[in-house]
Amino acid sequence: MKLTINGEPREVAAGTVWSLLEELGLHPQGTIVERNREIVDRQAYRETHLSQGDVLELVRLVGGG
Amino acid sequence: MRTEPRVDFSPQETQRYSRNALLAQVGWEGQARWHASRVLVVGAGGIGSAALLYLAAAGVGRLGLVDGDAVELSNLQRQILHRTADLGRRKVESAAGSLTGLNPYCQVQTFDLRLNPANVGEVVQGFELVLDASDNFPTRFLVAACCWQYKIPLVSAAATGWHGQLLVAAPGAENPCYRCLVPEMPPAAAVPASTQVGILGAVAGAMGCLQAVEALKLLLGLESDLNRRLLAYDGLQGRFQSLARVKRPDCPLCGPGK
Ligand SMILES: [Zn+2]
Repeated sequence: MKLTINGEPREVAAGTVWSLLEELGLHPQGTIVERNREIVDRQAYRETHLSQGDVLELVRLVGGG
Repeated sequence: MRTEPRVDFSPQETQRYSRNALLAQVGWEGQARWHASRVLVVGAGGIGSAALLYLAAAGVGRLGLVDGDAVELSNLQRQILHRTADLGRRKVESAAGSLTGLNPYCQVQTFDLRLNPANVGEVVQGFELVLDASDNFPTRFLVAACCWQYKIPLVSAAATGWHGQLLVAAPGAENPCYRCLVPEMPPAAAVPASTQVGILGAVAGAMGCLQAVEALKLLLGLESDLNRRLLAYDGLQGRFQSLARVKRPDCPLCGPGK
């Protein structure tokens, strides 16, 4: 499936937000996901299906200072 | 906006702040507002150093500063309030010296402690704006809860590695809070600390500068997009992201019945 992730075109195997994060090696509890300009509820990552052409912004949650 | 210097600023202050006052949104009324304001910064580390220096330089009249640590050698690659000669000193003392050295018209109140549920209310009350520049999630949750409870606007900035983020949590039932974005304490494995993965000093500083910009705007009553957005910075890619935040219906902090 072709997606745009953080501004870059990407081809991925994943079908859900959860499996996408797994594929990219990102921790689901440490990643904020915006899909097509809406933040996805962290509790809904497994049920949120991706579609061809989705635009995703992935933000690593940080807490340091 | 008044364009002439106010009589209650000395000639030295009038010169010092002349470039602030030339900004159409600031003027001498805005400068007087900054001078009369009381701002608390939690953490005198990499982010807090930059934020505090710019708030003091801009002429914020009273700065509160919370930090319970001493200056260590490993701090100095990013915590630019502190000098090599300050090694071993209490961070709040070292920071206060730097800030009043930069702007003697700025009064600094120091809190040499770690915030906990028992002391946070007493520290935060008395300030009209809080900047969270702390280095851990438990403190972030504590500060967010206290600011929400006392209806104090919060500018929250964080950084680890090459990444930073910034948001404003303004009081008001319609606004999303910090916990709308981070409902649960993330496990340590999901959010590695800078002691494990490092932090670029300039990235922390960039976030502190942006935090100071938002703070100075809030003090003037200027609107910010960051009330409803998250600004994220990826220093490695050289890319900013701006994400729309929404109010979480079941938010543990600002949700119904809270
Ligand atoms: Zn909330």
